[in-house]
Amino acid sequence: MPWSLLYENLEQTVAVILFGIGFSILLLQRNLIRKIIGLNIMSTATYLFLASMGYIQGRKAPIVTDGVTDLAAYINPIPAGLVLTGIVVSVSFTGIMLALTVRLYRRYRTLDIDQIALLAKGEDMA
Amino acid sequence: MSRRRSDWEQRPQARIRKWYKEGFLALDEEIIDHLTQEPRHTHLQEELIEAQQQAESSRQHDRALALERMDQHNMLIWARTRGRKAISRFHVVLALALGLLMIIFLLDTVAYMPRFGDPNAPGANEVSRRYIEQGLTETGATNIVAGMILDYRAFDTLGEATVLFIAASAVLILLRIDRNKDGSPVQELIAAESDDQHYEPRNDRILQGSAMVLSPIIFLYGIYIILNGHLSPGGGFSGGAIISAGLILYLDAFGFEKAGRFFTYKTFMWVSFFALSFYALAKAYSFYCGANGIPSGIPLGTPGAILSGGLIMPLNIAVGMVVACTMYIFYALFRKGGL
Repeated sequence: MPWSLLYENLEQTVAVILFGIGFSILLLQRNLIRKIIGLNIMSTATYLFLASMGYIQGRKAPIVTDGVTDLAAYINPIPAGLVLTGIVVSVSFTGIMLALTVRLYRRYRTLDIDQIALLAKGEDMA
Repeated sequence: MSRRRSDWEQRPQARIRKWYKEGFLALDEEIIDHLTQEPRHTHLQEELIEAQQQAESSRQHDRALALERMDQHNMLIWARTRGRKAISRFHVVLALALGLLMIIFLLDTVAYMPRFGDPNAPGANEVSRRYIEQGLTETGATNIVAGMILDYRAFDTLGEATVLFIAASAVLILLRIDRNKDGSPVQELIAAESDDQHYEPRNDRILQGSAMVLSPIIFLYGIYIILNGHLSPGGGFSGGAIISAGLILYLDAFGFEKAGRFFTYKTFMWVSFFALSFYALAKAYSFYCGANGIPSGIPLGTPGAILSGGLIMPLNIAVGMVVACTMYIFYALFRKGGL
């Protein structure tokens, strides 16, 4: 297994580890805000991964200067567009999740997901 | 065997079962019973014995129930103290193992990925070749990424703007505090407003002074980034975010009354409506005309000039307006539950 490539793909390795950290936070934390932070770390890791996939050694950002439209002059523009999509979606879901958290807090006066589940179950029983 | 008739014994299923179990005899007896309409045994003694048995069995039943309840109670106590700890510890271990497993699998995948900065990576295929080599002549935008997301992949960007608008609407539904029908504020709104007045500084001199200097500059910078989106790094999303930052600074410094003079729910609604429908109509037009050699009638201009790139600059403006409104309304709703 070419594990030595991990060092050469340092950016992607870091992105993957960040993704795992975010995923573990999502699973481990009971606080809803921390869960949302974990999800945002995961999306940030995805952006890092995409941006590093698009980079090509020694080339410039894809903005045409002096009329040069040679493929060998610019990096891959597609991952940049994908990262843009990712950022927008991440902002949207963060907003909705925080709003839901605010509503849950107003109702149950706690951010602990286990306590909220217990209280909701008690409400169902009653 | 008692012969007390209950509703169950009258049912056809029970009869068939009985017939199946005990042969024809039982059914025959029952038929005879039914026909003669008089019971063949006297029941008194049997009923007495049965009542005794029932009392005995109910006592046993009560004891069993009590024991079971005690077991349940003990289990509940265990679950509330040590059990919960054990389960949460197990959960932590499981979560860590899952996270580590995921990292290991993904690292294994990364080890097979093309090297960082490799010019022959499979991602740099004919699609990006087309964007880079033909993008300038086909879209007229110097910024190839802007030309890509607002011309080749404009449908995707319309989806993004719509996602933002839907998110803003969802947050509005979740967090907005409505007034009563006669316009008087509800209790919740009064509480939110007093909370806001308590925690946010009013008429802070330093904040107001710096906002007075900074927010025009921030607005100008955001507008510059939006209008220059097809020439330099930037575009509707980043410019809109900068403009919304200026709006939020203004709101923080001068309060909701002054900000409400130019930004209300109606502003949000109409700006989003016009921006999104303009975007959709413009792209609907250029889906039919403007590709595959069909002339669209929209001049592309000289690349590098501010009025170039065809539809890209108006689309950037539309996206920027939607983003600015969305961010501002997120902030207002999370702060006070309304504008």
